[in-house]
Amino acid sequence: MPSTLFDKVWDAHEVAEGLLYVDLHLVHEVTSPQAFESLRLGGRRVRRADRTVATADHNVPTDGSSAAAQIADRLSRVQVETLERNCREFGVPIYSLGSERQGIVHVIGPELGVTQPGMTIVCGDSHTSTHGAFGALALGIGTSEVEHVLATQTLQQRKPRSMRVRYEGALGYGVTAKDLILGTIGRIGVDGGVGHVIEYAGQPIEALSMEGRMTVCNMTIEAGGRAGMIAPDETTFDWVAGRPAAPDHIPEDWHRLRTDAGATFDEEVLIDASALSPQVTWGTTPGMVTDVTGAVPEPRHEGEERALEYMALSPGTPMREIELDRVFIGSCTNSRIGDLRDAAELVRGRRVSPSLSAMVVPGSQRVKAQAEEEGLDEVFRAAGFDWRSAGCSMCLGMNPDIAAPGERVASTSNRNFEGRQGRGARSHLVSPKMAAAAAIEGRFVDIRDWG
Amino acid sequence: MRPVRIVEGGVTALDRADVDTDQIVPKQFLKRVDRTGFGEFLFHDWAKQPGWDLPRNPILATGRNFGCGSSREHAPWALEDYGFRAIVAPSFADIFYSNCTKIGLLPVVLAESDVRDLMSAGHARIDLEEQEVAFAGRQAPFEIDPETARRLLEGLDDIGVTMQQEEAIAAYERERERAGPVTTKL
Repeated sequence: MPSTLFDKVWDAHEVAEGLLYVDLHLVHEVTSPQAFESLRLGGRRVRRADRTVATADHNVPTDGSSAAAQIADRLSRVQVETLERNCREFGVPIYSLGSERQGIVHVIGPELGVTQPGMTIVCGDSHTSTHGAFGALALGIGTSEVEHVLATQTLQQRKPRSMRVRYEGALGYGVTAKDLILGTIGRIGVDGGVGHVIEYAGQPIEALSMEGRMTVCNMTIEAGGRAGMIAPDETTFDWVAGRPAAPDHIPEDWHRLRTDAGATFDEEVLIDASALSPQVTWGTTPGMVTDVTGAVPEPRHEGEERALEYMALSPGTPMREIELDRVFIGSCTNSRIGDLRDAAELVRGRRVSPSLSAMVVPGSQRVKAQAEEEGLDEVFRAAGFDWRSAGCSMCLGMNPDIAAPGERVASTSNRNFEGRQGRGARSHLVSPKMAAAAAIEGRFVDIRDWG
Repeated sequence: MRPVRIVEGGVTALDRADVDTDQIVPKQFLKRVDRTGFGEFLFHDWAKQPGWDLPRNPILATGRNFGCGSSREHAPWALEDYGFRAIVAPSFADIFYSNCTKIGLLPVVLAESDVRDLMSAGHARIDLEEQEVAFAGRQAPFEIDPETARRLLEGLDDIGVTMQQEEAIAAYERERERAGPVTTKL
């Protein structure tokens, strides 16, 4: 019987009904301390430290501090030190502050090559969906489940339903993977994918770089999806080859990781990629999004009214007239080398608007080093961007990178929720190119006819 | 985990859709390394707004896609610590729903019209064994995965349950586990 990519990965990992074997468990400092503590109290051990890897990302300062001891915030420091201690005690490999492999957990997994096609991957983090870009089944989990995986290397999970989002046409000039996924969320809604594993397919997906595919799968959770997946192909294999944990040869079975002709999904969505424009969010969910050429819409219900009030925007205001206080380029959605190259290309030889401050935060120390090798740091610095060290940074404001109340931010991150980037801060989600151009102009511009 | 069978009492209404876990517990409170005492941070920013009123009742009735966004289990911890024992909504975000069931906070899915009626009723009795919510003189049935219901009813430790499958897990590792990657050898 023809089966989907999701079916194939699921079937290869079902130990018993509703019990899934986990090939890789990624761990970070925020959602793991209670799990390790409970493990300790129960006298349990980590079953497979060799299938587990940890890093510190959410809490870390991005100003170049090289050790947890330099974290000024006591609670953040305790959390990072707790992770380091737990990993030592339970034998889990860790890349903490100071390691040249440290970085955002969803950036370093692929970078190390531990993220591979056909795997099951979990992490106590909703953006674990990112790893689905490699044809893995990657599930975000809570702390109780983190403990469960540490102890048993399995996850209790009912099989989700399946959905395929198929794209036709081709993305236009200046329209990126970020716009593709924002447009998709705008179309299916922030709960459109609830209970479903979403496979993204079609020529526009096949044409994306691995960075672009990671951006798409990363934001699956913003559509409510349980996981996002993309069938691996030569682009994937080329990207994985040669990384520290990559196999010497591409395994034969990786080529079979694709949905068979005739396989059926519980839901199918068809989207014309060529009709998409650069996207900008106007509200407080990622689904409140419109074309950069559009305007703030009339609210349709109380939720949208509240969003407009929080965002201090009036219906009818053209998106291109919205003035900004800050620009943030970074996060597990858009902080990889390809994202930074995209942004650097647009700011080269230009200056950041004097009306705002702008920062670039590479997703990992490796991305940072690579960008510096290519001279991108100089491009950003010369334009007036703050060039930072790796971490989650202003995506969620658990570290010193935080927006002030009322500040309006153009952000390449994934969530424009109230207070996400700082209490009272107003976030607009955009692509790295759109963020770069906005930094120069001080407001949103349509990059298709800019410069 | 303590067993859950009946949740009965007052109903607190939070009539908003797409309530994300950043609202339920803002990020600055995720730095703690223990799992108790999060109730005081529940809806921290919204609670500062005029007109906010969230009575401490056993039941919270709210809008669709409740608990979307971040996977932070701190959100159910805070709701539970505040006093809620069950949450009724037209739909939940997947990770949040699962997180609730792991700590014995009962998530109940009812049709949107039933949730509205429940909000007006102000009092209800939820019976997990019978899978129904009784309010305003009527019963509304709800669906829940049988295995999840069993674990809640018996207050089972999930890890203990899975460890009973040790032989199957070990057999999987012997016979079907894929080669690499080995994180300890990097």
